Amino acid sequence: MKARVHITLKRGVLDPQGKTIARALGSLGFAGINEVRQGKTVEIDLAETDAAAAHSTVAAMCAKLLANPVIEDYRIDLAEG
Amino acid sequence: MRITPEIVADHGLSADEFARILHLLDRAPNLTELGLFSAMWSEHCSYKSSRVWLRELPTEAPWVICGPGENAGVIDIGDGQAVVFKMESHNHPSFIEPYQGAATGVGGILRDVFTMGARPIAILNALRFGDPAHPKTRHLVAGVVAGIGGYGNCVGVPTVGGECTFHTSYDGNILVNAMTVGIARTDRIFYARAGGVGNPVVYVGSKTGRDGIHGATMASAEFDQRSEERRPTVQVGDPFTEKLLLEACLELMESDAIVGIQDLGAAGLTSSSAEMAARGGAGIELDLDQVPLRERGMSPYEIMLSESQERMLMVIRPGREADARRVFEKWELDFAVIGRVTDSGHLVLRHAGAVVADVPVAALVEEAPRYQRPWVPSPPQAAPEIAAPADMAAALRALVGSPDLSSRRWIWEQYDHMVMADTVQHPGGDAAVVRVHGTGKALAIATDCTPRYCAADPERGGAQAVAECWRNLTAVGARPLAITDCMNFGNPERPEVMGQFAGCIRGMAAACRALDFPVVSGNVSLYNETSGKGVQPTPAIGGVGLLDDLRHVTTLALKHPGDALALIGATAGHLPCSAFARTIAGTEAGPPPPVDLAAERRNGDFVRREIHDHGVAACHDLADGGLAVALAEMAMAGSLGATITATPGALPLHAWLFGEDQGRYLIEVPAGRAQGLLARAAMAGVPAILLGRVESLDSLTLPGGCSISVAALRTAHEAWLPAYMGEG
Repeated sequence: MKARVHITLKRGVLDPQGKTIARALGSLGFAGINEVRQGKTVEIDLAETDAAAAHSTVAAMCAKLLANPVIEDYRIDLAEG
Repeated sequence: MRITPEIVADHGLSADEFARILHLLDRAPNLTELGLFSAMWSEHCSYKSSRVWLRELPTEAPWVICGPGENAGVIDIGDGQAVVFKMESHNHPSFIEPYQGAATGVGGILRDVFTMGARPIAILNALRFGDPAHPKTRHLVAGVVAGIGGYGNCVGVPTVGGECTFHTSYDGNILVNAMTVGIARTDRIFYARAGGVGNPVVYVGSKTGRDGIHGATMASAEFDQRSEERRPTVQVGDPFTEKLLLEACLELMESDAIVGIQDLGAAGLTSSSAEMAARGGAGIELDLDQVPLRERGMSPYEIMLSESQERMLMVIRPGREADARRVFEKWELDFAVIGRVTDSGHLVLRHAGAVVADVPVAALVEEAPRYQRPWVPSPPQAAPEIAAPADMAAALRALVGSPDLSSRRWIWEQYDHMVMADTVQHPGGDAAVVRVHGTGKALAIATDCTPRYCAADPERGGAQAVAECWRNLTAVGARPLAITDCMNFGNPERPEVMGQFAGCIRGMAAACRALDFPVVSGNVSLYNETSGKGVQPTPAIGGVGLLDDLRHVTTLALKHPGDALALIGATAGHLPCSAFARTIAGTEAGPPPPVDLAAERRNGDFVRREIHDHGVAACHDLADGGLAVALAEMAMAGSLGATITATPGALPLHAWLFGEDQGRYLIEVPAGRAQGLLARAAMAGVPAILLGRVESLDSLTLPGGCSISVAALRTAHEAWLPAYMGEG
C-alpha cells in the first residue's frame, strides 16, 4: 500500500514559516491573504496489503518519528498499489 | 460564571489564598480576575516561598548599578559601559517539548536583557539531564541542544559556554537554565516602570495567540464543547522576529521616547502590566480590543494569560506614538497603543466596551502571599571509605570519558559561538571570554554548580557553587564582578526541600560576601519534582568578570615543553562526594569538600596577580576529578604531556590525585620563574608546590611511574557524547 501522511502544526500553534510565506506573498503583490499555515507531506511505500494494519503501522511511525505529537497533528491517506 | 472551589484549585490557588483575594477585593473575583491572581500569585511571579530567603543574599557593591527586581542585573565596567545579565529557567516546557522549550527559554532571557537597553553579546546554558540510561534522556538532549542552537544561531548572538551534566534525579525533571549577557551604556539603561499619568501604553512585537495559556482553562467544564480550539498550546519561538524586535527596541532606545519597558514573559500581559504599574506606583488601564491577535474569539482571560513569544510592553512619552510606530513598522512588527497610565492604582481591563477586570495593582503584586515555609536542615553525611583503584591510569581514563566529565564538543559545535566576531575563548575552557566590541576589554563568563555537593550538604554546596564560578573567572585572568542565580529545587512544601533551599542560600550568601561577588539578578524554579522525587538542589550560578586588558586572557592548554607546573592551594585529599567516588568507586555518599572562603580569596587573588604582573603560560582551576583530571584536561587541550615529580607525602595516591579539595589552581610558568612564584606565594600565605613539568612526549606520568598516553585520554574524552547520541 502507499501511505501519504500530511503533518501540520496544531491549530493555535504559532507557525513562523507560514507567517514568512504570507509576508513574502504580500510583497509579491498577492493581496488579501489573511493567514498561511504550512506543513509537510511524507509518502511511504509499504509492503503491507491490509489497510487497517498499514494504518496502524503508519500511525506508530507518526507518533515515534514523523510528527511531534506535542505541537503537530497528522492525517494518513492510504491508497492501493 | 460562579467561581467554585474546583476552579480555584485548578488555578493553583489554595483556599486560604482565595480567602485573601476575597478580602483584598471585598468581593468575589470574576474568572479573568482570578486568572490575574493565579498568575501573579504563582510561585514563578511572586517568589512566595523563596522571597524570605532571597533577602539574605548580598546584592550591593560599588560597581552594581541595578540589583535584583528588574528584568536583569546591571553592573558598571567603566568607560560609560554597563553589563546587563541574567539567568532563567525553562525547565518544564523543555521537558514537554525540548526543542521549542529550550528555544523559547533562550528567547525569553534575550528579551530580559535587551529590554534594559543592552545589546546581547553572549548566551550560556546550564543543562541537567537524567541518567543517560533513562529512555527519555537521549531524546531530551537532542531536542534541547538543537533548540538552543536553533534560536541562538538565528538571532545572531553567540552561545559561548555553559555546562551539561547527567544524574538520575533529573529523569523526570530536566533543568534548562539559559543566561544572556549584554552591553549597554550606563546613561541608557531602561527600567520596567510605568510613569506619567496619561502616558500611552504600547504593545509591540508579535501577535497574541493561545500559546502556553494556563492549563486551568482546559480543566474547567465550561470549555468542553470547544476544547479542541481552546487547547492550551506549547509556545513556539520565532528567532527572526526576535531579531527584528531586538533591533527595533534598540533603535527606539536611541531616542527619549521610552519611559519604561518590559518584555512579555511568563504570564504575558498580566505580569508585565501589573509589575510595571507596581514599580512606578501607578495604575494601568488596558483596552484589550486593541491587542493584536493571531486568532479569532480570544477571551480577555486568554489575552491576558497568553505566553506568545517575542512581545514587549512599553510606556512612552505622550506625542511620541508616531515616531515609535514608524520604527516598529519599519521592522515589520505589530505596534498598538493598548492603554494608558492612570493614577488609580488599579489594573483595569476593558473588552468589547465593558470593564472586564478591575483589581488594585498592590493586591496582585505587593499583597501576594509570602510564606515562611517549615524547613529541616539536611542531615550531615558520614564519610565512606573510598578504596584505591587497581590502576590509576585506567581510573583517569574512565573519569575523563565519563558522562559528566567527557568533552561537550558535540554540544557546542552545534552552537554558533563565533558570530559577532568577539569570542576570544571558545567553549571548553574554564570561562568563556568575549571582547567588549571595539575595545581592548573583555568579559569572562561562566556557569557553575555541583548539585551532588548541594544534595549532600546544601550550605557547603551553595558556597562551593559561587566559589567555583569565581575561581573559573579568575583562572582566565578576570576580576570577578557579580553573579546571577537560577535556583532549581523540588517541592517547597516539603520541609527537606525548603531546608536544602535555605542551606544553599546561606552558603551562597557567605561566599558572595567573602568574595565581593554580589547577586544582581536571578530566578527561582520550584516544584521540579515528579511523584515525590525531587531534583538534586541545583543553585546554578552565572558569573561575570572583567579583563581590563585582553592580553591577560589565559587559557588552560599546556604551552611549552620544559615549563614548570605549580599547584596553588592546599591538598587534603577529600574523596567523598567526588566525581571519582561516584564514577569509579560507585558511591555518592559522604560530605562534599570543605570550602574555606578566606583561602579561596587569598589563592584566587594571588593567581590573578600572577597572571597580571608576571604572566603565566596556562592556568586551570581544579574541580570535578581533582588534580589528575585538571592536568589531563590541560594536556589534552595543549596536545602535550607532563610528568608529575611531586609526591603525595602521607596521603594515599588516589586521594591526592582525585580528591576535590577547593580553592586550587594548576599553573604553567617558564621553569626559570618557578622559584620566584613559590617565593611570592609563601609571602602571600598561599600554599604552593612545584608539581612537575610539561613534556613534549605524548604521555602523562603520574607518581609511581605509571603513565598514560594523552592521545588515549583524548579518545576516551571525545568519544562518549557522540557515541551516546548515536553519531560516534
